[in-house]
Amino acid sequence: MEPTPTDRFANRYPILGGGFFLAGRASGEVKRRLSELSLPKELLRRVVIATYEAEMNIVIHAVSGEVAISVEGDAIRVVAKDRGPGIADVQEAMKLGFSTASEKARSLGFGAGMGLTNMQRCADEFRIASEVDRGTCVEMTFRPRPVDSKEEQQDDGN
Amino acid sequence: MRLSEVAEALEAEVLLGDGLLETEVAAAGAADMVSDVLFFGRPGMLLLTGLTKASVVRAAQVADLSAIVFVRGKRPDEEAVELARDLGIPVLLTSHSLYDSCGRLYARGLPGVIPARQRESPGIQ
Repeated sequence: MEPTPTDRFANRYPILGGGFFLAGRASGEVKRRLSELSLPKELLRRVVIATYEAEMNIVIHAVSGEVAISVEGDAIRVVAKDRGPGIADVQEAMKLGFSTASEKARSLGFGAGMGLTNMQRCADEFRIASEVDRGTCVEMTFRPRPVDSKEEQQDDGN
Repeated sequence: MRLSEVAEALEAEVLLGDGLLETEVAAAGAADMVSDVLFFGRPGMLLLTGLTKASVVRAAQVADLSAIVFVRGKRPDEEAVELARDLGIPVLLTSHSLYDSCGRLYARGLPGVIPARQRESPGIQ
C-alpha cells in the first residue's frame, strides 16, 4: 500500500519543564528529521524556528509538555502542549516584550518577550489556548510561501 | 566576505571550524538575546555575541547561521563548544568588544542583515 502523505512524517517529542540542559534538543532533532524530506528551505526554517520557541516556552514555563510534528500534504503542523501554570491573559502575553521568564532563563538569553510573536510570524495559522493552572496549547500550521512574503514584510516594521 | 577574512579583521582565534574558513559570509548581525537571533537572523548570517551559552549555538543551528563570533575575550561554555562541534558550526573568539568587532567588519564591507524592502537582490534571504 502506498503511504498516505501523513505517513511521511509524524513524531512527538516529550519536553521537560526546567530541563535547560536538554533544551533545544527536540528542535534540533526535528530539523534533522524534516531535512530529510526535501521541503522548501524557507518552510523548514520557519517550522524549526517556531518549534524552538515553543520548546523553550515549555522548558522555561511549564512542568512538562510535548511537541508533536506532522506533515499533512504540503503543510506541516506543529502542536506544542504543556502541563503548567497557563497564561492568565493571552492577549497580554502576545505583546512584543512581555515576558515572565525566570532569571535562569534570562541568563541563557531568553525572556525577550518575543517567543509567541515569533511563532505567530513564522506560522501561517496560529492558535493558542490556555487555562490557568492547567496548561497551554499552541497549534501552528505552516505552508510554503512565495519569497518576500509575510515573514520579511513584517521585518520592515521592526 | 570569507570567514578567514572575518577572523583576520577581528584578530580572532578560530576555536572550531578550521576547515570551513573559505565559507562566504553575506551579512552579519549582533545580539545577546536568543529570540533576537531567531527574529532577525537570516540564513548564512554571521552572529556576533557576548552570550556564551549553548542556547546561542542552538539558535544558530535553528536559524541556519554560518558562524558565531564570541566577543570581548569571552569563551563559550563547555556545553556550547560541544554543541557547536557536534553541529559543525564554526566558532571564532575575539578580544575586541561587540561594538568594535561590528565596526571592524562593517568598515571592511560586511553589511548587516537588510530588511526585505531595501534589498536589491534576494541573495541574503
